[in-house]
Amino acid sequence: MHELAVTESLLQVVLRHAGEGGAGKVVSVSVRVGELSDLVNEWMQRYFDYLSRGTIAEGAFIRIERIPATFRCGGCGDVFPADPRTREAIRCPLCASGEMTLVTGRECFVQQIEVM
Amino acid sequence: MAEIRLIDVREEILAENRQEAGDIRAVLKRHGVFMLNLMSSPGSGKTSLILRTIRALKHAFRIAVIEGDIDAMVDAEKVVREGIPAVQIRTGGACHLDAPMIAAALKELDLAALDCIIIENVGNLVCPAEFDTGAARRAVILSVPEGDDKPLKYPLIFSVSDLLVINKIDYLEGSDFDADALTTRVLRLNPGIRILPLSCRTGDGVSEWISWLREEIENFRRS
Repeated sequence: MHELAVTESLLQVVLRHAGEGGAGKVVSVSVRVGELSDLVNEWMQRYFDYLSRGTIAEGAFIRIERIPATFRCGGCGDVFPADPRTREAIRCPLCASGEMTLVTGRECFVQQIEVM
Repeated sequence: MAEIRLIDVREEILAENRQEAGDIRAVLKRHGVFMLNLMSSPGSGKTSLILRTIRALKHAFRIAVIEGDIDAMVDAEKVVREGIPAVQIRTGGACHLDAPMIAAALKELDLAALDCIIIENVGNLVCPAEFDTGAARRAVILSVPEGDDKPLKYPLIFSVSDLLVINKIDYLEGSDFDADALTTRVLRLNPGIRILPLSCRTGDGVSEWISWLREEIENFRRS
Protein backbone atom coordinates (compact mmCIF):
# COMPACT_ATOMS: atom_id res chain seq x y z
CA MET A 1 0.00 0.00 0.00
CA HIS A 2 2.79 2.46 0.81
CA GLU A 3 4.08 1.81 -2.70
CA LEU A 4 1.65 4.55 -3.76
CA ALA A 5 3.24 7.19 -1.53
CA VAL A 6 6.75 6.04 -2.36
CA THR A 7 5.98 6.00 -6.08
CA GLU A 8 4.55 9.53 -5.89
CA SER A 9 7.87 10.71 -4.47
CA LEU A 10 9.75 8.67 -7.04
CA LEU A 11 7.86 10.34 -9.89
CA GLN A 12 8.63 13.80 -8.46
CA VAL A 13 12.34 12.99 -8.31
CA VAL A 14 12.30 11.57 -11.84
CA LEU A 15 10.42 14.53 -13.35
CA ARG A 16 12.66 17.05 -11.64
CA HIS A 17 15.86 15.44 -12.91
CA ALA A 18 14.42 14.85 -16.37
CA GLY A 19 13.32 18.48 -16.53
CA GLU A 20 16.70 19.78 -15.41
CA GLY A 21 18.34 17.54 -18.01
CA GLY A 22 16.14 18.91 -20.77
CA ALA A 23 14.64 15.51 -21.54
CA GLY A 24 11.60 15.05 -23.75
CA LYS A 25 10.80 11.58 -22.56
CA VAL A 26 11.82 9.22 -19.75
CA VAL A 27 12.47 5.69 -21.01
CA SER A 28 13.46 3.92 -17.82
CA VAL A 29 14.12 4.54 -14.15
CA SER A 30 16.70 2.58 -12.17
CA VAL A 31 15.91 2.31 -8.52
CA ARG A 32 17.95 0.67 -5.77
CA VAL A 33 15.95 -0.75 -2.89
CA GLY A 34 17.38 -2.52 0.15
CA GLU A 35 16.37 -6.06 0.95
CA LEU A 36 14.79 -4.99 4.23
CA SER A 37 12.25 -2.83 2.44
CA ASP A 38 8.89 -4.40 1.69
CA LEU A 39 8.26 -2.46 -1.51
CA VAL A 40 6.73 -4.73 -4.13
CA ASN A 41 8.15 -4.25 -7.65
CA GLU A 42 4.93 -4.95 -9.47
CA TRP A 43 2.96 -2.41 -7.49
CA MET A 44 5.59 0.28 -7.97
CA GLN A 45 5.35 -0.18 -11.73
CA ARG A 46 1.54 -0.16 -11.67
CA TYR A 47 1.35 2.96 -9.53
CA PHE A 48 4.02 4.62 -11.64
CA ASP A 49 2.06 3.85 -14.82
CA TYR A 50 -1.01 5.38 -13.22
CA LEU A 51 0.62 8.46 -11.69
CA SER A 52 2.83 9.30 -14.68
CA ARG A 53 -0.02 9.50 -17.18
CA GLY A 54 0.24 12.68 -19.20
CA THR A 55 3.81 13.39 -18.05
CA ILE A 56 7.07 12.82 -19.94
CA ALA A 57 7.63 9.78 -17.71
CA GLU A 58 4.52 8.02 -18.99
CA GLY A 59 5.36 4.48 -20.08
CA ALA A 60 8.79 4.44 -18.41
CA PHE A 61 10.02 1.08 -17.18
CA ILE A 62 10.96 0.88 -13.49
CA ARG A 63 14.04 -1.25 -13.04
CA ILE A 64 14.40 -2.24 -9.39
CA GLU A 65 17.70 -3.52 -8.12
CA ARG A 66 17.55 -5.14 -4.70
CA ILE A 67 20.50 -4.45 -2.45
CA PRO A 68 21.27 -7.42 -0.23
CA ALA A 69 21.70 -7.00 3.49
CA THR A 70 25.26 -6.94 4.77
CA PHE A 71 26.46 -6.75 8.34
CA ARG A 72 29.65 -5.45 9.95
CA CYS A 73 31.01 -7.74 12.62
CA GLY A 74 31.30 -6.16 16.06
CA GLY A 75 34.29 -8.38 16.80
CA CYS A 76 36.65 -8.20 13.82
CA GLY A 77 35.01 -5.56 11.60
CA ASP A 78 34.53 -7.87 8.63
CA VAL A 79 31.58 -6.98 6.39
CA PHE A 80 29.59 -10.00 5.28
CA PRO A 81 26.24 -10.74 3.60
CA ALA A 82 23.53 -12.58 5.54
CA ASP A 83 19.80 -13.10 5.31
CA PRO A 84 18.14 -10.91 7.97
CA ARG A 85 15.01 -13.10 7.74
CA THR A 86 16.71 -16.36 8.67
CA ARG A 87 15.61 -18.17 11.81
CA GLU A 88 19.16 -19.43 12.24
CA ALA A 89 21.72 -17.51 14.26
CA ILE A 90 23.86 -15.16 12.19
CA ARG A 91 27.58 -15.38 12.97
CA CYS A 92 30.56 -13.60 11.47
CA PRO A 93 32.15 -16.01 8.95
CA LEU A 94 35.63 -14.94 10.05
CA CYS A 95 35.52 -14.80 13.84
CA ALA A 96 32.08 -16.32 14.64
CA SER A 97 31.03 -13.30 16.72
CA GLY A 98 27.26 -12.86 17.11
CA GLU A 99 27.50 -9.08 17.47
CA MET A 100 26.91 -7.09 14.32
CA THR A 101 25.54 -3.91 12.78
CA LEU A 102 23.52 -3.67 9.61
CA VAL A 103 25.50 -1.90 6.86
CA THR A 104 23.34 -2.20 3.74
CA GLY A 105 19.76 -3.30 3.13
CA ARG A 106 17.74 -0.18 3.98
CA GLU A 107 18.43 1.84 0.80
CA CYS A 108 15.68 3.43 -1.23
CA PHE A 109 17.03 5.71 -3.94
CA VAL A 110 16.93 6.57 -7.62
CA GLN A 111 20.19 5.59 -9.25
CA GLN A 112 19.71 6.91 -12.79
CA ILE A 113 17.15 7.56 -15.48
CA GLU A 114 17.32 6.88 -19.20
CA VAL A 115 15.89 9.75 -21.21
CA MET A 116 15.47 10.87 -24.80
CA MET B 1 15.47 9.49 -33.82
CA ALA B 2 16.55 10.99 -30.52
CA GLU B 3 19.31 9.19 -28.74
CA ILE B 4 18.81 7.64 -25.34
CA ARG B 5 21.07 9.13 -22.70
CA LEU B 6 21.62 8.48 -19.02
CA ILE B 7 21.09 10.99 -16.25
CA ASP B 8 22.76 10.16 -12.95
CA VAL B 9 20.29 10.86 -10.19
CA ARG B 10 21.58 9.20 -7.01
CA GLU B 11 18.88 10.74 -4.90
CA GLU B 12 16.81 9.22 -2.13
CA ILE B 13 13.25 8.53 -3.26
CA LEU B 14 11.87 9.95 -0.03
CA ALA B 15 14.26 12.91 0.03
CA GLU B 16 11.39 15.38 0.18
CA ASN B 17 9.79 13.66 3.16
CA ARG B 18 13.17 13.53 4.89
CA GLN B 19 13.67 17.24 4.23
CA GLU B 20 10.30 18.08 5.75
CA ALA B 21 11.03 15.77 8.70
CA GLY B 22 14.27 17.68 9.23
CA ASP B 23 12.35 20.98 9.22
CA ILE B 24 9.93 19.59 11.81
CA ARG B 25 12.82 18.49 14.01
CA ALA B 26 14.31 21.98 13.86
CA VAL B 27 10.99 23.62 14.83
CA LEU B 28 10.46 21.20 17.72
CA LYS B 29 14.03 21.69 18.91
CA ARG B 30 13.49 25.45 18.96
CA HIS B 31 10.37 25.00 21.10
CA GLY B 32 11.97 22.33 23.30
CA VAL B 33 9.25 19.83 22.41
CA PHE B 34 10.24 16.15 22.42
CA MET B 35 8.30 14.06 19.89
CA LEU B 36 7.96 10.28 19.98
CA ASN B 37 6.77 8.20 17.01
CA LEU B 38 5.00 5.12 18.38
CA MET B 39 4.48 2.33 15.88
CA SER B 40 3.03 -1.20 16.00
CA SER B 41 0.52 -3.58 14.45
CA PRO B 42 -3.17 -2.94 15.14
CA GLY B 43 -4.16 -4.23 18.56
CA SER B 44 -0.72 -4.48 20.11
CA GLY B 45 -1.39 -1.78 22.68
CA LYS B 46 -0.41 1.66 21.37
CA THR B 47 -3.48 3.40 22.78
CA SER B 48 -3.28 1.55 26.13
CA LEU B 49 0.38 2.46 26.52
CA ILE B 50 -0.32 6.09 25.63
CA LEU B 51 -3.14 6.28 28.18
CA ARG B 52 -0.87 4.81 30.88
CA THR B 53 1.87 7.25 29.88
CA ILE B 54 -0.46 10.23 30.08
CA ARG B 55 -1.67 9.21 33.55
CA ALA B 56 1.91 8.78 34.78
CA LEU B 57 3.42 11.90 33.27
CA LYS B 58 0.70 14.51 32.74
CA HIS B 59 1.60 16.31 35.95
CA ALA B 60 5.32 16.36 35.12
CA PHE B 61 5.08 17.33 31.45
CA ARG B 62 2.67 19.07 29.11
CA ILE B 63 1.76 16.30 26.67
CA ALA B 64 -0.21 16.20 23.41
CA VAL B 65 -1.04 13.27 21.15
CA ILE B 66 -1.25 13.06 17.37
CA GLU B 67 -3.47 10.15 16.38
CA GLY B 68 -3.14 8.54 13.00
CA ASP B 69 -6.06 6.42 11.97
CA ILE B 70 -7.34 5.36 8.63
CA ASP B 71 -10.83 6.50 9.50
CA ALA B 72 -11.95 6.81 13.13
CA MET B 73 -11.91 9.20 16.08
CA VAL B 74 -12.11 6.61 18.88
CA ASP B 75 -8.50 6.86 20.06
CA ALA B 76 -8.41 10.66 20.04
CA GLU B 77 -11.57 10.77 22.15
CA LYS B 78 -9.96 8.51 24.78
CA VAL B 79 -6.97 10.84 24.96
CA VAL B 80 -9.09 14.00 25.21
CA ARG B 81 -10.99 12.41 28.10
CA GLU B 82 -7.65 12.40 29.98
CA GLY B 83 -7.53 16.18 29.57
CA ILE B 84 -4.78 16.06 26.95
CA PRO B 85 -4.89 17.86 23.58
CA ALA B 86 -5.18 15.46 20.68
CA VAL B 87 -5.06 15.99 16.94
CA GLN B 88 -6.66 13.30 14.86
CA ILE B 89 -5.24 12.72 11.40
CA ARG B 90 -7.57 10.67 9.29
CA THR B 91 -5.31 9.33 6.61
CA GLY B 92 -8.24 8.36 4.42
CA GLY B 93 -6.77 5.02 3.48
CA ALA B 94 -3.07 5.80 3.69
CA CYS B 95 -1.38 3.22 5.86
CA HIS B 96 1.16 5.46 7.59
CA LEU B 97 1.84 9.03 8.68
CA ASP B 98 4.43 11.05 6.80
CA ALA B 99 6.20 14.33 7.56
CA PRO B 100 3.76 16.61 5.66
CA MET B 101 0.80 15.15 7.63
CA ILE B 102 2.66 15.72 10.91
CA ALA B 103 3.57 19.28 9.87
CA ALA B 104 -0.13 19.97 9.31
CA ALA B 105 -1.08 18.42 12.66
CA LEU B 106 1.54 20.50 14.50
CA LYS B 107 -0.20 23.66 13.26
CA GLU B 108 -3.19 22.61 15.38
CA LEU B 109 -1.07 22.51 18.54
CA ASP B 110 0.38 25.30 20.66
CA LEU B 111 4.03 24.24 20.70
CA ALA B 112 4.96 26.90 23.25
CA ALA B 113 2.64 25.17 25.74
CA LEU B 114 4.03 21.65 25.26
CA ASP B 115 6.94 19.49 26.41
CA CYS B 116 6.13 16.23 24.66
CA ILE B 117 4.13 15.01 21.67
CA ILE B 118 3.36 11.34 21.16
CA ILE B 119 2.47 10.23 17.64
CA GLU B 120 0.26 7.17 17.55
CA ASN B 121 1.08 5.96 14.06
CA VAL B 122 -1.31 3.91 11.93
CA GLY B 123 -1.36 0.27 13.06
CA ASN B 124 1.02 -1.35 10.60
CA LEU B 125 4.53 -2.81 10.78
CA VAL B 126 5.44 -2.10 7.15
CA CYS B 127 4.78 1.42 5.91
CA PRO B 128 5.42 3.57 9.01
CA ALA B 129 9.00 2.25 9.01
CA GLU B 130 9.73 3.93 5.66
CA PHE B 131 8.59 7.44 6.60
CA ASP B 132 10.48 9.77 8.91
CA THR B 133 7.94 11.91 10.78
CA GLY B 134 10.41 14.32 12.35
CA ALA B 135 10.14 12.66 15.76
CA ALA B 136 13.19 12.68 18.04
CA ARG B 137 12.72 8.99 18.89
CA ARG B 138 10.93 6.02 17.40
CA ALA B 139 9.49 3.19 19.46
CA VAL B 140 7.87 0.02 18.19
CA ILE B 141 5.55 -2.22 20.20
CA LEU B 142 5.37 -5.95 19.58
CA SER B 143 2.88 -7.89 21.68
CA VAL B 144 3.37 -11.49 22.77
CA PRO B 145 0.37 -12.91 20.83
CA GLU B 146 1.89 -11.60 17.57
CA GLY B 147 4.80 -14.02 17.92
CA ASP B 148 8.58 -13.74 18.15
CA ASP B 149 9.10 -14.08 14.38
CA LYS B 150 7.96 -10.55 13.47
CA PRO B 151 11.52 -9.17 13.11
CA LEU B 152 12.07 -11.82 10.44
CA LYS B 153 9.01 -10.72 8.50
CA TYR B 154 9.26 -6.98 9.06
CA PRO B 155 12.96 -6.30 9.68
CA LEU B 156 12.91 -2.64 8.64
CA ILE B 157 10.76 -1.33 11.49
CA PHE B 158 12.98 -3.02 14.09
CA SER B 159 16.10 -1.66 12.42
CA VAL B 160 14.93 1.98 12.56
CA SER B 161 13.50 2.06 16.11
CA ASP B 162 15.28 3.29 19.24
CA LEU B 163 13.19 1.18 21.59
CA LEU B 164 11.20 -2.04 21.39
CA VAL B 165 8.36 -2.56 23.84
CA ILE B 166 7.32 -6.19 24.25
CA ASN B 167 3.73 -5.78 25.43
CA LYS B 168 1.28 -8.30 26.91
CA ILE B 169 3.93 -10.26 28.80
CA ASP B 170 1.05 -11.49 30.98
CA TYR B 171 0.31 -13.78 28.01
CA LEU B 172 3.79 -15.35 28.13
CA GLU B 173 2.81 -18.23 30.36
CA GLY B 174 1.78 -21.22 28.30
CA SER B 175 2.74 -19.51 25.02
CA ASP B 176 5.61 -20.55 22.74
CA PHE B 177 6.84 -16.96 22.46
CA ASP B 178 10.64 -17.09 22.68
CA ALA B 179 11.83 -13.77 24.11
CA ASP B 180 15.50 -14.73 23.79
CA ALA B 181 15.12 -15.57 20.10
CA LEU B 182 13.29 -12.29 19.58
CA THR B 183 16.06 -10.35 21.35
CA THR B 184 18.76 -12.01 19.23
CA ARG B 185 16.85 -11.31 16.00
CA VAL B 186 16.25 -7.66 16.89
CA LEU B 187 19.76 -6.96 18.15
CA ARG B 188 21.40 -8.24 14.98
CA LEU B 189 19.35 -5.70 13.01
CA ASN B 190 19.87 -2.95 15.52
CA PRO B 191 22.45 -3.41 18.29
CA GLY B 192 21.64 -0.01 19.83
CA ILE B 193 17.94 -0.70 20.44
CA ARG B 194 16.56 -0.82 24.02
CA ILE B 195 14.14 -3.63 24.77
CA LEU B 196 11.48 -3.24 27.47
CA PRO B 197 9.08 -6.08 28.29
CA LEU B 198 5.86 -4.93 29.96
CA SER B 199 2.16 -5.48 30.36
CA CYS B 200 -0.23 -2.56 29.95
CA ARG B 201 -2.94 -4.70 31.55
CA THR B 202 -1.14 -5.66 34.78
CA GLY B 203 1.20 -2.66 34.84
CA ASP B 204 4.23 -4.94 35.08
CA GLY B 205 7.29 -3.19 33.59
CA VAL B 206 5.39 0.00 32.79
CA SER B 207 7.50 2.05 35.23
CA GLU B 208 10.65 1.21 33.20
CA TRP B 209 8.91 2.59 30.11
CA ILE B 210 7.90 5.73 31.99
CA SER B 211 11.47 6.20 33.26
CA TRP B 212 12.84 5.79 29.75
CA LEU B 213 10.46 8.38 28.33
CA ARG B 214 10.97 10.80 31.22
CA GLU B 215 14.74 10.59 30.74
CA GLU B 216 14.44 11.09 26.97
CA ILE B 217 12.25 14.17 27.43
CA GLU B 218 14.57 15.63 30.07
CA ASN B 219 17.72 14.97 28.01
CA PHE B 220 16.10 16.47 24.94
CA ARG B 221 15.09 19.62 26.77
CA ARG B 222 18.54 19.98 28.34
CA SER B 223 20.53 19.53 25.13
